[in-house]
Order: sequence, then structure tokens, then C-alpha cells
Amino acid sequence: MEEAATEKITFRGRLAASLRKSPLLGWLIGLTVAVLLEHLVGYELATAVGLPKIPVLFGFVIMLKTPLLIPSALFYVLLIYLIPACLIARLISAPSNWMAERLYRLPISVPVIVHLALLYLILHLWADISAYRGLTLRLTLIAVMMTLSLNLINGYMGEFSCSHPGFMALGAYGASVFSVFFFASDKLFGEALLPEALGAFCFPIGLIFGGLVASLGALAIAIPSFRTRGDYLAIISLAFLFIVKSAIENLEFVGGPRGLSGQPNYATLPVVFAVAVICIWIINNFVRSTIGKALNAVRDDEIAAEAMTVNTRQTKILAFMFGAFWAGVAGGLFAHVLRYVNPGTFGIQKLAEVLAMVYFGGLNSVYGSILGGVSLSLLSEALRPLELFKWIIIPLLLILVMIFRPTGLIAFKEFDVKALIRPKGHPEKEV
Amino acid sequence: MSLLEVVHMSHDFGGLRAVNDYCLAVSPGEIRGLIGPNGAGKTTIFNLITGMYRPTEGDIRFNGESIVGMRPHEIAARGLGRTFQNLQLWRHLTVLEHVMMARYSKLTYGLVGAFFGTPKRHRQEAQSRQRAEELMTLLNVSQFADQLVLNLPYGAQRRVEMARALATEPKILFLDEPTAGMNPEELRQMMKIIRKVHEEFNLAIFLIEHRLRMVMELCDKVQTLVFGEVIAEGTPKEIQNNAQVIEAYLGKETVE
Repeated sequence: MEEAATEKITFRGRLAASLRKSPLLGWLIGLTVAVLLEHLVGYELATAVGLPKIPVLFGFVIMLKTPLLIPSALFYVLLIYLIPACLIARLISAPSNWMAERLYRLPISVPVIVHLALLYLILHLWADISAYRGLTLRLTLIAVMMTLSLNLINGYMGEFSCSHPGFMALGAYGASVFSVFFFASDKLFGEALLPEALGAFCFPIGLIFGGLVASLGALAIAIPSFRTRGDYLAIISLAFLFIVKSAIENLEFVGGPRGLSGQPNYATLPVVFAVAVICIWIINNFVRSTIGKALNAVRDDEIAAEAMTVNTRQTKILAFMFGAFWAGVAGGLFAHVLRYVNPGTFGIQKLAEVLAMVYFGGLNSVYGSILGGVSLSLLSEALRPLELFKWIIIPLLLILVMIFRPTGLIAFKEFDVKALIRPKGHPEKEV
Repeated sequence: MSLLEVVHMSHDFGGLRAVNDYCLAVSPGEIRGLIGPNGAGKTTIFNLITGMYRPTEGDIRFNGESIVGMRPHEIAARGLGRTFQNLQLWRHLTVLEHVMMARYSKLTYGLVGAFFGTPKRHRQEAQSRQRAEELMTLLNVSQFADQLVLNLPYGAQRRVEMARALATEPKILFLDEPTAGMNPEELRQMMKIIRKVHEEFNLAIFLIEHRLRMVMELCDKVQTLVFGEVIAEGTPKEIQNNAQVIEAYLGKETVE
């Protein structure tokens, strides 16, 4: 049936139809080939078409800096990424479908691990080209975690919370203090208490500690939320953000306004990737359970939820603490990626960024949060050469999304891993 | 022993006495009606018993246990289900999710299950889904299972609310004007459904209704409430012929 609908004579229709036959596995393999290609001939191709070096962010930065190089950059992106990825994905659609089907029959964890491993391989090879790519990628993954955890509160539960950067700050400082205190020699805390070799293994404990600190802070918002909603809660949470920020500025033992540095280099790409995957997995598990859907019930009609045996207070506390926990973990990673934190980072600017990601990507949706986090953080990196105009283009984009899709690009959609990795090309089997 | 017992309950809104010295005793499997003109305090009585408000005076006992001061979800979990006068459904949830949500208090898998998707969670959710499917079939809404409630016809939305209330496994069901805004055909259906669930689960039902015909046909006993006070109580026949009730509804016959 699907084929009949797309069986148009147009070239574009045929192209789209033939590309749709490839499963996710095929696309991942195609992209792997593309990034391998970049490793092998990227530099040669770049110099051949007149580019000074391999374009770091798909040529955006180069195109905006020197418009004369637009054709070369486009040519490069086309030749290295687009054509190889599409071509390979299409060419191997038969074997990759066969493979995807084999994997699909195994317990769900096996195909998921295979897909994730491939995805990691792609990201790793891509980021390997330059340190800047690695940094951008890690910050993007952290942005996805922030977006998803804020979506829990603002999207899934429908409360407008403005304190998320505050939770992130609590997590960042919690995790930093943990690792600097125990595993680094530093002016503020003196000699390391434990052998430094142990540090990397204890990093998860530090992250969890940061998350727990953040979720304790979230209690300060959760309890007022029993009585107030909407604007009032937004103001309370905004106040909380300022309290956290000025409290840290005045705490001399964590460096005050000068910030805290000396975090060991624990947050490498594999670590950030793994934590982000765990975060998405756990949050997605949660929002698909009845206990998690209680958040939606509280949002849509609190009185009805209460009358249908849902413990609404516990649900609110849970949403705030759980969201704040992941914001704290993201903050901990953030601090260890930059290896420096200061309270100034966690202000209104950060709040605007993460709110924009949530509402741009889509409320009440894991897909939306991933899309929002990735697209806005890459966009803000790519538009960096425009300097001031960047802050006109991004808000303008947001306004357009709000006009045409008020709940965001992909809102109210369940993140179904099974549907994502399903083999394609057998419409009759897709039930 | 009575299933639900309300003794000398009163409630003030500021200086206004909304409910005065209200008493009620419902036995298991009984259908009771509560009628009265608009603003008499019928819904307030529902909200008091289900824990949305706390009575100023008096006691409410359910299965012999005092439920005054409990949170509404605790009272609901003990077996006191309700529907609302103006449909209160969750606009972004499907019909199946509505009915499964009402089984929230029956789930024991806790946070570990919610976060990590343990086998216990899958078992309980599967059970819950099966029970929800049975209820949806009983109330004739299973064809809408995966649709958002907003897209359903009005009568079906009412039935979803009923299925949701039944999923809490109530011993007594409070129906707040279950036929408000329904056409005669939907009304007939709803009466059939109320009878059906009453028989199927030996459910006690406490009903607020404006349509006297429905009360007369369904209820074992009826109370008439005017300005927060019960002015008459008895079988539907007795109520129908009670002079005070007729006066409250139609006004006094005056010859001038």
C-alpha cells in the first residue's frame, strides 16, 4: 500500500521511495562509510576544492566567513557525506534489511546495542578530525540531556519551571567538588585524598552525587508546586535560579564568582555518550510507564488524576526531583568537559537556551528533545561567525516554529525503539 | 453494616452554610439518588465525601473506617470511584491510557520498575491492560482504544469516564449527572450501562441527577436536597408525591 502511494513517476518521488526502503541499520552503515571516507581522503579533497582545511561543521562556518567558498564547501559536503551515505544505504538495503530482520528477532537489547555501537563509531570517527568537533559533540549531548530533563517538567507535567540552569549548577558544583576534593591536588581543597588513578572509575559516583544535590534543590520548587501553578510557579522557580546563582557566588570555598577549576579530564566522548544514552533510556522507560504517564494526567486534569487514585503530590515531587537529577548529571558532565565552572554560566542566558530547545523540539516527546537539543546547539555553533546576527536568526526561527507548530516540531510522540530499528521494505509485515 | 455512612456532616464556605447536617447510609449493592434544584449543594456533597473538600463538622465512614481528612487519592484507592459533572478527561491521553491510569494505585512496581523496565513492571502493566480491555469492551468503547478522547463523540466520552472510574475497582460509584447533555438515545444507553455495571460488580451507586425519570427508574431510595438540607427521603414513589419536593421544584401553588 505504501508503495502504491509513493509510486509516482517523478524523480523525487522515486528517490524518496527508494531511500525509504533502507532500515536504520543501513543508514548507520552508510554514515560510517562517509566518516571513514572523510578520514581517508577528506583533507586531500578539501585542499583540491580550495578549502583551507576539512570543514568542521558541515561547511557552515566556512560558508558564512567567506561566501566565495560556498560552492566548494557544498561540493565537499555533497561528496563526502550526502552522496556516499545515501548511495551506500540504498545499495546495501537488501543485505541490511536481512541483517536488521535477523537482529530484530533477537531480544531487543542485542539490536539496540549493535545500533548504538555503530552510532558511537560514527560519532567517534567524526569527532576525531578536530578537537573542536569533539567539544561541540560533547556539549551537544549534554544539551540533549538538559532538554530532555526539562521536558519532563515543562512538557510532560506542564509546569513552567525556570530553575533548570540552577539544578545544572548544583550538579556541576556537586560533581566538581567531589572529584576535585578526592582526586585532584588543588589550591582550594589541598592534596588529593585518594589515588588519582581511582578517579575515573569513581566519576559515575561523582555524577550521581551532583544529580542528588540537584534533586534536593528541586524539593524547594516541588513543595510550592502543590499549591501554585502556571505563572506563579514560574516566578518561584526563577527566584530559585537567582538564589542558587548568588549563593554560589558568595560561597568562597568553591571559589565564589571566580569559579572552580581543576576538574580532571574524565568527561571524554565515550563517557558523555554512555551517560546520555543511559539518560535517554531511563527517561524513556519512565515516561512510557503508567507511573510516568501520571505526569500527563496531572498536567491535563489534576482533580481527575487525584480522583483516579493518582498520588498527585508524589507525582509532582517525582517529576521535579527526577528532572533535576538529570540536569545535575548533565551539569556534572558539563563541568568536566570544560574543566572549569563559574556561576555566571548558569544564568538567564542558559535558561533561554534550554527553554528554546524544549519548545523548538517539541513538548512531551523524547524525539523532540533530541531534535531540539541537537539542532539548536549545532545551529548556534554554526552561526557563530555571524556574531550578533545569530541572536536575531535563532529567535526568529523560534517565533516561526511557535506560529506554525505551537507545541514544537515533534510533540506528543512516543519514542518507540522497536519501530526505529525495524527492517523496512516488507509493508505487509509492518503491523 | 453500611458500606458508606455519613453522619451529621456540615460544610461552610466562608460564612455560607453549603451543606447542613447531612446524613447518609448506603448498603453494598444499593442504588441511591440525590436530587435537588441547581445550587442545592449536591456536587458539594460529592466533593466532601470523595475528599476534595474537608467537612466542617461530622464524620464519614467507609467500610467502618473514618475517611475524613484523607487525600482524595487515598479515598479513591479504598474503593470510592466517581465521575464528574463536566467531563474531566485528560486531553492528551488515549482511551486505553485513561483506563490504565485509573489502576495507578494497583501498581506496585515502584520507581525501580518505572526507570528500568523490570519484568515485574511488564507483568503488571500487561495485567492492567488486560483489565482495561475488558472494561472498554463492557462499556463499548474498545473500538476507540488508541484514540485521543477529544476525538470521541460525547456519549462515548461519558462511557470512557465511566470505564475509567470502574478501573479503580470501586465498591461504590458516585455518578455526577451522568446523562447531562445527552440525547434520548444516549440516555437510554447510559441507563442500560448503569444497570449492567451495577449487576456485574454488585456495585453500590450514588447518583446525582436532574432527570427525574432516570432517578425513578433506577434508584432504590432518593434524597431531595434544597439549600444544603435534605427535605425528603424515601422511595422514588414517595418522593414523587411529596408536597415539599413538588414545591421546591415547581414552586408553591398560590391563588391570588
